[in-house]
Amino acid sequence: MSHATLSPKRSSLRGATLPKWFAWAVAAGSLVLGYGISAAAGLHSDIQWALIAAILFVVGSYAVSAKVEGARQAKDRTATSLVWVAFILAVIPLASLIWETVKRGVKVLDGYFLTHSMGVVADSEPGGGIYHAILGTLEQVGLATLISVPIGVLTAIYLVEYGRGKLAKAVTFFVDVMTGIPSIVAGLFILSLWVLILKMGPSGFAGSMALSILMIPVVVRSTEEMLKLVPNELREASLALGVPKWRTILKVVLPTSLGGITTGVMLAIARITGETAPVLLLVWVTNFINTNPFQDPQASLPMYIYLQYANSGGSGAAYDRAWAAALTLIAFIMILNLVARGIARWKAPKTGR
Amino acid sequence: MAKRIDVSGLNAYYGSFLAIEDISMTVEPRSVTAFIGPSGCGKSTFLRTLNRMHEVTPGGRVDGKVMLDEENLYGPGIDPVAVRREVGMVFQRPNPFPTMSVYDNVAAGLRLNGKYKKSELDDVVEKSLRGANLWNEVKDRLNKPGSGLSGGQQQRLCIARAIAVEPNVLLMDEPCSALDPISTLAIEDLIGELKERFTIVIVTHNMQQAARVSDRTAFFNLAAVGQPGKLIELDDTERIFSNPSVQATEDYISGRFG
Ligand SMILES: Nc1ncnc2c1ncn2[C@@H]1O[C@H](COP(=O)(O)OP(=O)(O)O)[C@@H](O)[C@H]1O
Ligand SMILES: [Mg+2]
Repeated sequence: MSHATLSPKRSSLRGATLPKWFAWAVAAGSLVLGYGISAAAGLHSDIQWALIAAILFVVGSYAVSAKVEGARQAKDRTATSLVWVAFILAVIPLASLIWETVKRGVKVLDGYFLTHSMGVVADSEPGGGIYHAILGTLEQVGLATLISVPIGVLTAIYLVEYGRGKLAKAVTFFVDVMTGIPSIVAGLFILSLWVLILKMGPSGFAGSMALSILMIPVVVRSTEEMLKLVPNELREASLALGVPKWRTILKVVLPTSLGGITTGVMLAIARITGETAPVLLLVWVTNFINTNPFQDPQASLPMYIYLQYANSGGSGAAYDRAWAAALTLIAFIMILNLVARGIARWKAPKTGR
Repeated sequence: MAKRIDVSGLNAYYGSFLAIEDISMTVEPRSVTAFIGPSGCGKSTFLRTLNRMHEVTPGGRVDGKVMLDEENLYGPGIDPVAVRREVGMVFQRPNPFPTMSVYDNVAAGLRLNGKYKKSELDDVVEKSLRGANLWNEVKDRLNKPGSGLSGGQQQRLCIARAIAVEPNVLLMDEPCSALDPISTLAIEDLIGELKERFTIVIVTHNMQQAARVSDRTAFFNLAAVGQPGKLIELDDTERIFSNPSVQATEDYISGRFG
């Protein structure tokens, strides 16, 4: 082989590269082309032309890149474009869900809506609000949190700090089983125990107990993970100072993992806030404000949304109220998530110089 | 304050594995005793039996006697938590509590053990930080996180934290192995000062360090991997490094080992 047969480009370290805007250009091109093709073929669905565009994008960037940059870079680009396509496919439903809810929800969502109950407003009439449902959901979820957090956190502490042998294995096993319990089954369990055997009536508290069954395993799992992240050296440092084990856990281990534990609890709350099945079985529903979670049916956001929608016939005042309540529920969960992140950041162990 | 340690016939196990066998030695008060020996010969294990930290490890078990002056640490009715207040420990890697400030780290031992008045705590914190030669470097940042200090400062913070509870004995497990030479020097100077007040036992891999800081040196060895570690000899540091009575010690010190 003589030098002459090697192309100058191959012999240098610098290969031919496409400019940065290349990917964007291909994306724009395939969008236009995809739209054009589907228009020409008489396809009407948005999904169809978007899929055509996605395929064009992946194939197009591979083809051009293979020609200019070589096979390795082309494969690299294909992998990158596939990741982007997957990402967009995942984000579209999420974004459209939020968009639709906001668009339909803001119509009747105002101060009046948040501070009034349905009272004597019939489903077909405009007016009314979700105050009773917000109150019910907050009380039910609050009680469930009060029950679940101590039990869950203490169980996790037992498993990580003390648990050895058979009992710990059994507890871990049951927590795993509990994680998989469908919410309707949790509801039926409390129904048989609380209503059928103990002869208690429906109440917010009955719902809270069922929600706790769903929440406890989530809290145990996330707390366990956070406690395991605390380095053993810190426990030893504290024990070596002559601090008893329980104080070490309370003053060193828990504060170090507090941010993570709080985040886990917030996410668990977010998960149970939208639960409908146990509430349907145990709390029932009412159009009036019931501030007492220990007696008589209470309203809740998931039930409110369902009933307003079911009674609306697909349009009208009840339909708008259903969407507005859904928007409130999503906003509540998002705020919880944001608060969780804030706490996690604020409480994270400080390392800054 | 400083107390004598008298160990006799001590075995330590991890589950069924015998890690160190039949160790007997005396550690003199107000002196520095260095432990040297190859990795895995049980220096850390032995050190941790001296403040009952060995049993914190799952499966950790000890038999034998460790006398702290008149009291057997493994006698019936002895509270390991109380033992650890008498026998403090500094670890290989600096491990300040990450959620606590410099001040809170030093005060941790006292605070976590009961209630103290703020003025009392202030005094103890300043005295301990001065004792650890750290006061001048941190007096303006007492409320900053302890983990924001440099490695060497963190290790001195850990020493301050350990001496704040006024122990009789201070155990140090390779306290300089994660530090740069300047910080190492600072800690070695500090050890020289602390031995006026405490009985100090230090594990080190650095022979020069053992020669520089210690009054007496103990050499540990093990026959083979999986065999228990044993104390080969304990003598004045000068003698160990010039004219040891066991051939294995001389081989190890002169680098003719293994
Ligand atoms: N947590 C543990 N569990 C089981 N074996 C251990 C544990 N820690 C140390 N060992 C074993 O005990 C022996 C002594 O270890 P160690 O005391 O750490 O030695 P050194 O500090 O002299 O390097 C080694 O064989 C080691 O494998
Ligand atoms: Mg060691």
